[in-house]
Amino acid sequence: MSGTPKRLDVDGLLTDPATSIIVCCGSGGVGKTTVAAALALRAAEQGRDVVVLTIDPARRLAQSLGLTELDNNPREVEGVQGAGRLFAMMLDMQRTFDEIVENHADPERIEQILQNPFYQSLSAGFSGTQEYMAMEKLGQLRRTGEETGSWDLIIVDTPPSRSALDFLDAPNRLGSFLDGKLIKVLMAPAKAGGGFALKVLASGFSIATMALNKLLGSGLLHDVQTFVGALESMFGGFRQRAEETYQLLQAEGTAFLVVAAPEPDALREAAYFTERLAAENMPLAGLILNRVHPVTVPELSAEKALAAAEELDADSADPRLAAGLLRLHAERVRLAARERRLAERFTASQPGVAVAEIPAQSGDIHDLDGLRLAGDLLAG
Amino acid sequence: MSRPWPPECRLHIVTGKGGTGKTTAAAALALALAEGGGRVLLVEVEGRQGIAQLFDTAPLPYEERSIAIAPGGGEVFALAIDPEQALLEYLDMFYKLGRAGKALKRFGAIDFATTVAPGMRDVLLTGKACEAVRRTAADRPGAAFAYDAVVMDAPPTGRITRFLNVNTEVAGLARVGPVKNQAEAVMRVLTSPQTAVHLTTVLEDMPVQETLDGVEELRAAGLPVGAILVNMVRTAHLTIGKRAAVSTAAEKRVAALLRPYGIDTDETHALAVLGREHAERLTLEEVERRALDGAGQPVVELPQIGGGIDLGGLYELAAALSAAAAIGEAA
Repeated sequence: MSGTPKRLDVDGLLTDPATSIIVCCGSGGVGKTTVAAALALRAAEQGRDVVVLTIDPARRLAQSLGLTELDNNPREVEGVQGAGRLFAMMLDMQRTFDEIVENHADPERIEQILQNPFYQSLSAGFSGTQEYMAMEKLGQLRRTGEETGSWDLIIVDTPPSRSALDFLDAPNRLGSFLDGKLIKVLMAPAKAGGGFALKVLASGFSIATMALNKLLGSGLLHDVQTFVGALESMFGGFRQRAEETYQLLQAEGTAFLVVAAPEPDALREAAYFTERLAAENMPLAGLILNRVHPVTVPELSAEKALAAAEELDADSADPRLAAGLLRLHAERVRLAARERRLAERFTASQPGVAVAEIPAQSGDIHDLDGLRLAGDLLAG
Repeated sequence: MSRPWPPECRLHIVTGKGGTGKTTAAAALALALAEGGGRVLLVEVEGRQGIAQLFDTAPLPYEERSIAIAPGGGEVFALAIDPEQALLEYLDMFYKLGRAGKALKRFGAIDFATTVAPGMRDVLLTGKACEAVRRTAADRPGAAFAYDAVVMDAPPTGRITRFLNVNTEVAGLARVGPVKNQAEAVMRVLTSPQTAVHLTTVLEDMPVQETLDGVEELRAAGLPVGAILVNMVRTAHLTIGKRAAVSTAAEKRVAALLRPYGIDTDETHALAVLGREHAERLTLEEVERRALDGAGQPVVELPQIGGGIDLGGLYELAAALSAAAAIGEAA
């Protein structure tokens, strides 16, 4: 039956000891970070030891978790009511990348890499770097959890990409860039010196590098070559870790939650993402529909409310409040009907996806009480 | 109210936090600017095909094509700028790099230049928009330029300054060469009064905060800030400051008024709860409005379109923008 989707058992998912990673994904502006934080708090208050990795939280939400600045290490959140513990951290992309270099490059080359302008630009600005670093951090958190026993559940928020799919594609893109033909071309002179470079000169390779040189100026190409040369020792590592993380995402114990708002763009993205997860054999636990507007007086139709409001306008002594409330209700009924239609369209195209809803709140969530309430609403 | 953008402005860059309706605002602005016989180009740069979805047409190719007629006979063209195509076009125009162009593609250099070297990609995207701004009119008698205005559906607020500040981005990478020169030419247009960067927001805490941060960053980079477009402004059904009006006593009066319509006390109570939430929301929105006013930029409010955005809704928003521009002009 298309109209009534399966209900997502949020508490069942959170309290199942087999659940070790939950990834919250979805397009930007749907409240992913808030959902991730609310789930993490709820899991902790039900006894799990949890760490939540947030990417770009709103200032007040971050403060509610005790995160006052970018900090690449998890900190314990105060005020958890229950048996579990909650740690939170905000991803520092630059720092994470620097740490990879520091931990994996040849010691004498670390500074050379960190100071290279191309590295600085790549680490701060490449459109996939944030996604890649989020995945890298997930792997680290997993290892730390296993070593120290500080947490047994990791909840990850994903970067606010233009499209939810970027999150799955970007690590691979960075990996294939670093492994790619062009890099090999660029590295050739650095690696083999004049002899090899002369040999390549005759091939198409050199045309490509010459054209690039002409276009970008030789300074840039030189920087790239130096950078790539210095990074060489880490190449295998990049590829290997990208693959490990990928496997981690397919592993048992990982659950994806797609977050969407009941709006056409967000739901379209959610549908793409759902299909993509299935294609990649990644386990989707369900859809979280955030900011749904409930109707509180279902028996009163929009038409009836508006007709009554007009009558009150015409002849009542104190019409403004009563008529205003009726108009408000009518607006809500229409909004809710539209949201329902959109949600049903999603369910019809993605049968079998379990759904949980969070009703819209009038204010922004900025403390643990707000997160707790969101968690309560989510669990139904 | 001050003018939302200077009269000489021809490149309108529309940014905004995800979910605030930046594409919608950009499209409505393009319609508004085309009103009364203008010709406007609406460009997108993120490969999302948001414009095609909004206008309910097939995905846009890398080609300028007419997508809408504005009130009073103007016309809006649309273009989805693809960085790879833009790069090949650029190479062809300046270098006639036939064979080398193909070699570049084969060895992933195009991928490299457009995806990995971030400044490079941005220079190509903004460069193409600037080219459209400067393009002279061959087929338009009496007009100096091919387009009266170009509207860009730009990357989100969090990335906009970096995106537009191509000069600094590229300067760190390419110190000499054509890309550097191109970046400088683009930067001259972007920092001139011909350009205005508009920020789309909604009246909520996080988008407003991000908008204010965005205004600061743009100013610090010397980029001209235009208007703040407040999108999806809801109709106020209760006057602000009337929260007390949904008091218990008021609820009783309302219950008495609604009883003849078959609405019982419990239902009235549910309506009152809705009213209180609404009043709370209005109060919060007032706080956000004041914060936005504090930015010192012109603010234009766009109404919430019930039932979702369609072509009719776009024209409604365009009318709101035209009205704001007209008021600004008169002031």
